[in-house]
Amino acid sequence: MKRIEAIALAAEAAEAQEALVVCNIGFPSRELYALMDRSENFYMLGSMGLASSIGLGLALALPKRRVIVLDGDGAVLMNLGTLATIAHNAPRNYLLVILDNCCFGSTGSQPTCTHFGTDLEAVARGAGAKSVRTVANAEDLRSALTGHGIVVAKVESGNADVPRIPLSPEKIIERFMKSAQQAGRS
Amino acid sequence: MNPSIAVYRGLKRAGINFAASVPCVNLQQLLRLVGEDPEILHLPVTREEEGVGVCCGAWMGGCKPALLMQNSGLGNSINALASLDFLFKVPLLMIISHRGCDGEQIIGQVPMGELTPKLLDAMQIPRLSPSPDQAEDVVAQAWSLAEERRIPVAVLLDLQFWRAK
Repeated sequence: MKRIEAIALAAEAAEAQEALVVCNIGFPSRELYALMDRSENFYMLGSMGLASSIGLGLALALPKRRVIVLDGDGAVLMNLGTLATIAHNAPRNYLLVILDNCCFGSTGSQPTCTHFGTDLEAVARGAGAKSVRTVANAEDLRSALTGHGIVVAKVESGNADVPRIPLSPEKIIERFMKSAQQAGRS
Repeated sequence: MNPSIAVYRGLKRAGINFAASVPCVNLQQLLRLVGEDPEILHLPVTREEEGVGVCCGAWMGGCKPALLMQNSGLGNSINALASLDFLFKVPLLMIISHRGCDGEQIIGQVPMGELTPKLLDAMQIPRLSPSPDQAEDVVAQAWSLAEERRIPVAVLLDLQFWRAK
């Protein structure tokens, strides 16, 4: 499965579930924007490693709102403590999807530790997470996208040929917060 | 005035309802007060940078967030403060136990203790260091400033502050 195919499935699920999406920096955000831009997408432009944490804060603040985080193996390895925090605090409206392409895809595909055998599902279980699974095809990912907890989606390395996101940070956060908080009150 | 209670009252007056934390020995009583308050969602995190992330998410979801930490955690948070909070204009109240200043017994705290005010100044993060008597007002004002300017604001509380009766 290509990463952009996995992101397309996640974007469809997010739209169907009226979910908020927090997306990792770099090509994943660019691919998501190119596939399906929604005001409910928060494109994280900096702060590598923190998508899962931003999504957790959001899910705790808005318990009635579903939150899907699209993160990467390199980014999660940079903030591994997040898995322990999620394991013990994440509410049922929170789903972390780790798109594991075994490399730093936005900086030249340098291998990460998952390339050499680090198993992020096992790491998440070791951190105490109960609802964790690994998927490697579209059908299993589609099914996992209806759940909560943590999903490790194995994807191929490589980026789609997609442009940079033309939105300013101010615009991204302004429209995101408007959608998040309006629907959150229902 | 008990310094921890003064800070806690300031958080309450500011309407803080979400707190992420990494402990410091000087934050013990404050962390207990915050943890026992049903109106504050308290999330202990593993690293301060993670706290910057969850506080950003909580704010986007409508909460008023504070990050309680030691100044060593400022070093762990600098990229996130810049490339998340400054970039997207996200307010954050940071209650920071300032170690490594006058009276510090642990030598390892000294380098970061000396650098902390300079780092905050270099980042143009306002820093406020009230006495315990001023703390309730200043903590509440610090959040107002953060919210109004949509920036992180630091309340930097040194060893003398926590030793006050």
